[in-house]
Amino acid sequence: MAELARDDRLRQGAGISIAERPARACIDLRGDVTDARFVHAVESVTDLRPPSQGLAAASGLLASLLWLGPDEWLVVSETQASGELCARLRQALRGVHAAVTEVGDARIVYAVAGPNARDVFAKGCPLDLHPRAFRPGQCAQTLLGKVSVLIHQVGQDPAYEVYVARSFADYAWAWLVTAAGEYLDGSEGK
Amino acid sequence: MLRIACPWCGPRAEIEFSYGGEAHIALPEAADALDDAAWAQYLFMRTNPKGRHLERWVHTHGCRRWFNVVRDTASERIAAVYQPGAEPPEDAR
Repeated sequence: MAELARDDRLRQGAGISIAERPARACIDLRGDVTDARFVHAVESVTDLRPPSQGLAAASGLLASLLWLGPDEWLVVSETQASGELCARLRQALRGVHAAVTEVGDARIVYAVAGPNARDVFAKGCPLDLHPRAFRPGQCAQTLLGKVSVLIHQVGQDPAYEVYVARSFADYAWAWLVTAAGEYLDGSEGK
Repeated sequence: MLRIACPWCGPRAEIEFSYGGEAHIALPEAADALDDAAWAQYLFMRTNPKGRHLERWVHTHGCRRWFNVVRDTASERIAAVYQPGAEPPEDAR
């Protein structure tokens, strides 16, 4: 997980910053949130309860649990090694009806932040990101241009993290830079 | 553009969804014993109403779950959204 983000993937302007984030542990977790043993096992490893509501994310010191579906979460961590976290989840969930799958290599994370961030998303994302509808700590899967993405609001500023499949990462980067063009410094955004 | 209320994610834009045809089409029991006419009836024949239609949708670019919708094919109004396996709400049929 020591892989660094591509250093050419940083664009900035007065009201926007777009950057690739270093690779992080991503684990697809499935299970029954009404099963107390499942919830307890996940809590014992991550210190977090899997959120049962759509749009919800739970974040702690070790990891975040991003809601993907009624029985599916993405466990992400910038501090824990993916293989180790995965092994600890599997150990804790032994005997519980659940699935733990490492998917970190399949995803790239882009950080999009600044007062113009919503203007950029508004050019090709159907999700309502207005503060009354989408707040820090919430996450949602939606479309960005033509690709499926997971958007997690991590800051009030606003700041977002966009998870995109690696095979669509170049497209998503080009889309973000093009959409942000009018807000970027100099000619870098062209 | 429709706004469809996914039972799990809430109201979202139509482009996040894919259409799955008419709902509540069950595979006949003893399907291997059907004659061609009965099999064709199951495979191809649909109600195709002008008015309320029970249909399946999947939240492709969201939670990727299937669910059912009661949609008026003439007005495009959505009367109800309900989970797979459930019956449509009485007042929405």
